[in-house]
Amino acid sequence: MTHDTMSDHALPEPAPAHDSGRQHPIGLYLKVWAYLFVLSTLSYLVDYFQVHGVTRWTLIIVFMLLKAGLIVSIFMHMAWERLSLVYAILVPPLVLLVLVRIMIVESDYTFWTRIIFLGGGG
Amino acid sequence: MTFVLISSSGTMAMAVNFGYRRDRRKTAALMIATALFGMAFVGMQAFEWTKLIVEEGVRPWGNPMGAPQFGACFFMITGFHGLHVSAGVIMLLVVATKVLRGQYDRSGDYSAIEIAGLYWHFVDLVWVFIFAFFYLW
Repeated sequence: MTHDTMSDHALPEPAPAHDSGRQHPIGLYLKVWAYLFVLSTLSYLVDYFQVHGVTRWTLIIVFMLLKAGLIVSIFMHMAWERLSLVYAILVPPLVLLVLVRIMIVESDYTFWTRIIFLGGGG
Repeated sequence: MTFVLISSSGTMAMAVNFGYRRDRRKTAALMIATALFGMAFVGMQAFEWTKLIVEEGVRPWGNPMGAPQFGACFFMITGFHGLHVSAGVIMLLVVATKVLRGQYDRSGDYSAIEIAGLYWHFVDLVWVFIFAFFYLW
């Protein structure tokens, strides 16, 4: 009975093998919830213990990515999605991030060009 | 605030799960719990904004503590996020009412709960990034 209504995603997929993955025990969500709490606490502790410099940024980003990964894969069920859909969702933002990265690298050059040739207008 | 929003995501995930099991009362109860967490979050945000504006004098065009761009970025980004949380709360309450009324049982289509869940998790996901870059950096 629950089988045919299960495939209520954007694409009508013919009840795949991982369909049973939709019926997770509640314990899984509680566990992820606990992990998210722990990770949030850890990131608060980074602030609390006044960690500075590269260590701070690395820790913040690591905890952030771990939390984001847990939310996306478990809560948003991406871990049980087809691989092509996972790529379709994740690759464009990653490409954008690469673009941002390239522009940041370039920004230094633009900034100094302004300072040197346009009389400190930066 | 982070813990409030994470908790709301947890309750929402369980609501979606109970939705798949066609457990109307638990689904609606968990969705209302999620909405309450959302309201608490917006309330805390209003409190925080008041403190920043009234006590610390931060404005969208200026910031006595540092770069003036902070005010513009902070208010715009957290403002839009808060707006989405508020909209999400309204949507959750609407969908929860429909769940309680059994509207989705009649149509046999429970995807509205899943969609509401995905929306809510995404709002939470955005907060994870905002929190890391604005509050901890």
